[in-house]
Order: sequence, then C-alpha cells, then structure tokens
Amino acid sequence: MIATCPIPISDYPHITLAHGGGGRLTQMLIEQMFVPAFANVALETLHDGAILDVSGARVAFSTDSFVVHPIFFPGGDIGSLAVHGTVNDLAMCGARPLALSSALILEEGLPMQDLWRIVQSMQDAARAVGVPIVTGDTKVVDRGKGDGVFINTAGIGIIPAHARVAPTRAQVGDAILINGAIAEHGIAIMSVREGLEFETQLQSDSAPLHDIVARVLDAVGEHVHVLRDPTRGGVASALNEIAARARVGIRLNEAQIPLADAVRGACEILGLDPLYVANEGKFIAIVAREVAEQVLATLRAHPLGKDAAIIGEVVAEHPGKVYLRSRIGGLRVVDLLSGEQLPRIC
Amino acid sequence: MKYIDEYRNEADAQKVLAMIRRTVTRPWTIMEICGGQTHNLIKFGIDRLLPEQITLVHGPGCPVCVTPLELIDKAIAIARRPDVIFTSFGDMLRVPGSRDDLLSVKARGGDVRMVYSSLDAVKLAQKHPDKQVVFFAVGFETTAPGNAMAVWQARQLGLQNFSILCSHVLVPPAMEAILSSPMNRVQGFLAAGHVCTVMGYWEYEPIAAKYRVPIVVTGFEPFDLLQGILMTVQQLESGRAQVENQYTRAVRREGNVAAQKLVAQVFEVTDRKWRGIGEIPRSGYRLRDEFAAFDAEKRFDVGALSVQESPLCIAGEILQGLKKPPACVAFGKQCTPEHPLGAPMVSPEGACAAYYQYAGGSKQ
Amino acid sequence: MCLGIPGKVIDIQPNTAGITMGKVDFGGIVKEICLAYVPDVKIGEYVIAHAGFAINTLDENEAREVFETLKQIDGLAELTNDE
Repeated sequence: MIATCPIPISDYPHITLAHGGGGRLTQMLIEQMFVPAFANVALETLHDGAILDVSGARVAFSTDSFVVHPIFFPGGDIGSLAVHGTVNDLAMCGARPLALSSALILEEGLPMQDLWRIVQSMQDAARAVGVPIVTGDTKVVDRGKGDGVFINTAGIGIIPAHARVAPTRAQVGDAILINGAIAEHGIAIMSVREGLEFETQLQSDSAPLHDIVARVLDAVGEHVHVLRDPTRGGVASALNEIAARARVGIRLNEAQIPLADAVRGACEILGLDPLYVANEGKFIAIVAREVAEQVLATLRAHPLGKDAAIIGEVVAEHPGKVYLRSRIGGLRVVDLLSGEQLPRIC
Repeated sequence: MKYIDEYRNEADAQKVLAMIRRTVTRPWTIMEICGGQTHNLIKFGIDRLLPEQITLVHGPGCPVCVTPLELIDKAIAIARRPDVIFTSFGDMLRVPGSRDDLLSVKARGGDVRMVYSSLDAVKLAQKHPDKQVVFFAVGFETTAPGNAMAVWQARQLGLQNFSILCSHVLVPPAMEAILSSPMNRVQGFLAAGHVCTVMGYWEYEPIAAKYRVPIVVTGFEPFDLLQGILMTVQQLESGRAQVENQYTRAVRREGNVAAQKLVAQVFEVTDRKWRGIGEIPRSGYRLRDEFAAFDAEKRFDVGALSVQESPLCIAGEILQGLKKPPACVAFGKQCTPEHPLGAPMVSPEGACAAYYQYAGGSKQ
Repeated sequence: MCLGIPGKVIDIQPNTAGITMGKVDFGGIVKEICLAYVPDVKIGEYVIAHAGFAINTLDENEAREVFETLKQIDGLAELTNDE
C-alpha cells in the first residue's frame, strides 16, 4: 500500500493543464498514482476499456469524461462527443456497444435551452448507434465552479469471439492503418478559442466507429492485433503507448499520413504538429501484414473510411520508440510530449 | 500548399544533398541562428542526412530562451495581479522563472491568455476596459513590427489599459558576440530568413568582412535549408566570405522599409541582457520615451526580485553553440521538458527541447 | 525565430481601427492578417505572414529561380557520371 503521494510534491504541488494533455504527465499520473492505488489485472492492461470475463462472455467496460469548451462547436457538441467517445472506447476493445450511462455535472446558470440541445444531441447520437442510455445522474455546482457542463459517460459492450485485440498483440511486420485524415477535432476546437479564430469553418470529425470496426473484425477477425482511437495527444501519443506496451518499434511514413489541406494550413500557421492533435472519429488498426490491403479496402468501402491509408509498420528496431520518415527522406523520433502542445511563433 | 510543398520535394532535396556531399572535402562548423531553422532541421531529419564533415551548431535564435530571468519573474508577478489580463504567444508560457512559470500562474487562477497576434491583445484591452491588458512582447526583429503596430494602434485608440513587457533582441550583435569570443568554432552562418525579411541583410556585410565568415540568408523549408548549407559550404571550400541570399523569394537586401520605419518610431536600440550569455551592448529594443505610457515595466511596480538560475543549467554554452545539449550533465535527467531547468529545454525551438523531442533524448 | 507562412491575399480592408487588415488564404484556411507592412499588395498576390502580420510579399519569380540550381546539379551529374 502506498502511504505517501507518489507524485513528487516538490515538482507538482498542483495539477496543471499539462496533466490532462494525454502526454507524459498524464501517463505519470496514471502509472505512478492510479494504477498502483487501484491495483488490479483488468486495469493494468491500460487499454481504452477493461475486458471482464462474465460467465464465459467477454464484456468490455469503459468510461470517459468530457470537459470540452466551447460546449457547442462546428461538427458537434459536448453531448454527441460524449456518446461517440465511449462508444469508440468500447469499439477499440473490439466490442459492440450494449448500453451507456450518462452523468451530468451542470453549472448553476447554464441556460435550460443549452441543456435541452445537449440532451437531444446525446439522444440523436445514441439512437444512430443503436445503443440506449439506460442510467445516469445529475448534479449542479455553484456558478463559477463548472464551465457550463461536464459529462461523464460509461458503457458496456460484448466482444465477439473473433475479436482478439490488445496493445501487447502488436508484432514485428504488422501494418499500421488509419481510417482517415488526422487532427480535425483538435484544430476545430482550437479554431473557436478566443484569439485563434479562423475565417474558414473547420469541423470536428466526431463520429461513432463501432460499425466500421465491426466490418473490419468481421472481415479478418484475429488478424486485427490492436485498435486504438488517437484522442487527446493525437496519433503520436497513441502509437508511443502501444510501442511501449508491446515493446516494439514503430515506423511512420509522413507522406502517407492523410491530412486535409485546411487542417494542414491551420497547423502550419500555429506551428502545431498534426501528429499530436486530437481526433474523435479516427482509429488506428495494427494488423497482420498479409491482411493489410484487405483491411484498407474494407475501410475505404465505409463512409467513415474513405481516406483510409496504410501509414506505417511495426519494426524490430528501436523497441518502445516511434520514428518517422519525413517527406524528404530524413528520419526523426516522434516522442511523447510532456503536456499540451501549444501554438508557437518561432 | 503553394510555396511550401515545392520546397519539401524528396527528389530535389536528395539532389542538393548529393551536391553537398560532392562539395565537402574538409570538416566545417556551421551555425544556424534561428530557432525555427533548428526545429525544421531536426523535424525533417536533415541533421542526420548531412555528411559527417558538417557540424551544425545551434545558435541563440530562440528569443524565448534568451529573455532574461528577471523579466520572466516580472511577467509572472504582473500576471498574478487580479486586475491584469496577461497575454503572450504560446512559446513563453512554459518557460521557467526563478520559481514558477506562466502556466502555473494560470493554474492558480491568474488570467493568462495565449494570443496569435499582438493586435489580439489590443482587442482584449478594448473589450475589457476595467482590466489592465499586458502583452509579453518577446522576439527578434521579425516580431518587432507587429509589436510596434500594437503600441501605435493602442495610442491611436487612446487606450489607457494596454501595455507591453518588452524583451526584443537583435541578431547582428549576437553574431558578433559569438564570433569575437576566443572559444568560437563557428566558420559559417545561416542567417535567419524572416529576421532578414524585415531588416534586410546589409547589416551582415561588415560582419562577414571583419571576421571573414560566409553568411547565407536562408529560409525554413527543407530545400531552403539544404540549399543554404550548400551555398555556405561552397564558400568555405573556395575560401570566400560573403553575404549571400538563398531566401530570395522573401528577402531583399534593404528588407521591408515600411516595417523598419514604424519600428524606429516606436522603439530604440538599447543594451540588453541575454539569459545565459550576459549583457550585449546595443542588442535590444526598448520603447521610446514618447511611448513610455505603454511600458509595463514602468506601469507596474513589482518590487525587488531576487533571481535564481539553476546551477546545473549550461544554457549559455548551448546558446553560443559551444556545447550540444547531450553534453550537459542534466540533459534528460534532472532537466527534461517536464522539469526544465532552463529555457532551451522548454521553448519549442530551444536546442535542448529539439534534441530531446526529435533526436530521441528521452530514456525509456 | 519566426514561423512565417506563405498565403494568398483574398481580401483587403483599409482603415480598420486605423490600419489595413485583410484576409489571407493559407492552403484552404483563411485568417485575418494585418497588411499594413505590404501597402502595395494586391488581391491574388502572396505574402509571408508571421504572428498575424504580413512581413513581406512573396516574389513569385524568385520562388521559381531557386530551382535553377537543380538544373545545374543535373548537368554536373551527367558530366561527372555520378550516382
């Protein structure tokens, strides 16, 4: 049992925004505080959801909290994001979503009209997926303590027998695919933050991935080794975690990574690396080499996979590290950031 | 993207690299002054593609890194005030002061906001007449026109609640300080493309002549960097020491005269302290007396500050290109992006951060 | 120091709170940029934008010229029978 706080207080007496960025500080909190404190096998797998054995059936269980600001943004809102987010975490375990819960923390003063809009959005999203929101909770906090609304959703799903995904299953020789263009959500959110507005409207890619994932699993089953949705921290953080957990190296090919022109322009102006920007309608699939083309075709046949691409491979060299072959043929490490990536002028 | 993609073409880049390899016959040490160039050299993997005889050292082209510790501490003290909205570019927010950084001030309730342009800070001042809006005006000559415009516009609008905390530094004096050091190993320079877009490159001609070093004004895309290096090496191999312009699409010898004019109206040259290096005479800008009302250092009395640098940090030697980050005893151990001891580890284009992130400095 | 990105001027608004502002298109994304330092710029021309300011216009001829050296390199390669 840990008696004293494992995070060196002299270094971090307070939580900072960097601790929520999905990078090294988030990992530190999870690995040095939460995992040792809660200590159990299901948690220690540290995948997007936990996989529990329930009388012979494999049940996926996942939870996610949504604190996005502004609560309404181009391409969605905190409500639809909350539904898609947990549906996607379940899908990353290979599961078909069965039921969701929704807990709302509302700030005193939130306009009732806004709440109604969010609730309807959640219902629309859930209905489109075919998953009921079966239970929930509502709390109200004092004005000034809540940023409008925070939502937590949790979900359960059933994992079919032919789905066997885990971060540790990544193997040397595997192909790495993504279902479409990256960095859309993060840039859409940033573009409506004060001071960074663009004249062009950029949409979040928030979408439910349960169906496209199911198609891939139905097509090639156990040849899908790892599924991961690169949310906060982006593709770079997701792949670093997988490389570390599976103790393999990863090589990415910059020229193959799909990126929309306007998103790319926004990243160039702000000095952001799209590899570290959040996605909410994308997932990475690490699959056996021999089925790569088939998976690519399956993705491209689906509305959410039209721009799918093979972006890299799992290699034996530099285990635990992710490298990128740049557009001009040079090589560089793609490391974890310590916190949030910030726009720069230099 | 037009005027970007053409300069990221693999076949063209490889051709220039081949030419560099054919030209080089001896070891040469070249410094790039601009942090943005450092960033791109490593991001595109150019540093690994160059022949071994070429040693690239990274210069003090990171205005964030060279902002004096006292000024960061002052920024933090001002940002803590409840009547202040403190605005800054993203680069400055994580730089450690003696005890703190601006992001931590935000964590404890300070109103610290990131802006893309200095004019956004002026807009905030108009929007919040009950608050004092302070803009952290950090940068080399490239950013001076923008900061001058913000102050000028604030005066036009008669704003009483806008001020800037000024930490502008100039490249030519820094170059001379490096070249005149007895420990200098730099034999050729890539001059900063966007600084020269504003200032032109005529100022470098006496420097090239006095110290007999080639200086090539270089852009930022992979093709630009490679071509700039090629031009520098060609000069070195043939014993020439001239100022040449690789970045001809943006840089003219006289620079942007309209920008220089407003900068000269609002700012004047002054002695400046560079963090890690010391004071370099006539190496910075400060507001002229008639704009003193917009000087945050005068408006806010933040009292005596005792500054405290980490004894382990060798930022000065890094910034002058005398050592590379891995040579620092604290690199990757006590000093990481999560616990930076000095500015070059935090600033995105600081040499230490670039090495750490792109060249695999973290030990896992 | 100096993240400067080329973009195409698509709109010019003189005298917005005393200065010339405009809209610049960076490969599909449009941002408001101050054009005070490029007083002669016309719609359709390219500028280099840094921290919200156009710091110069981009010379399209020079932009192509830098690739001339490549032709020299190709010529040299044939002569010396390299690679």
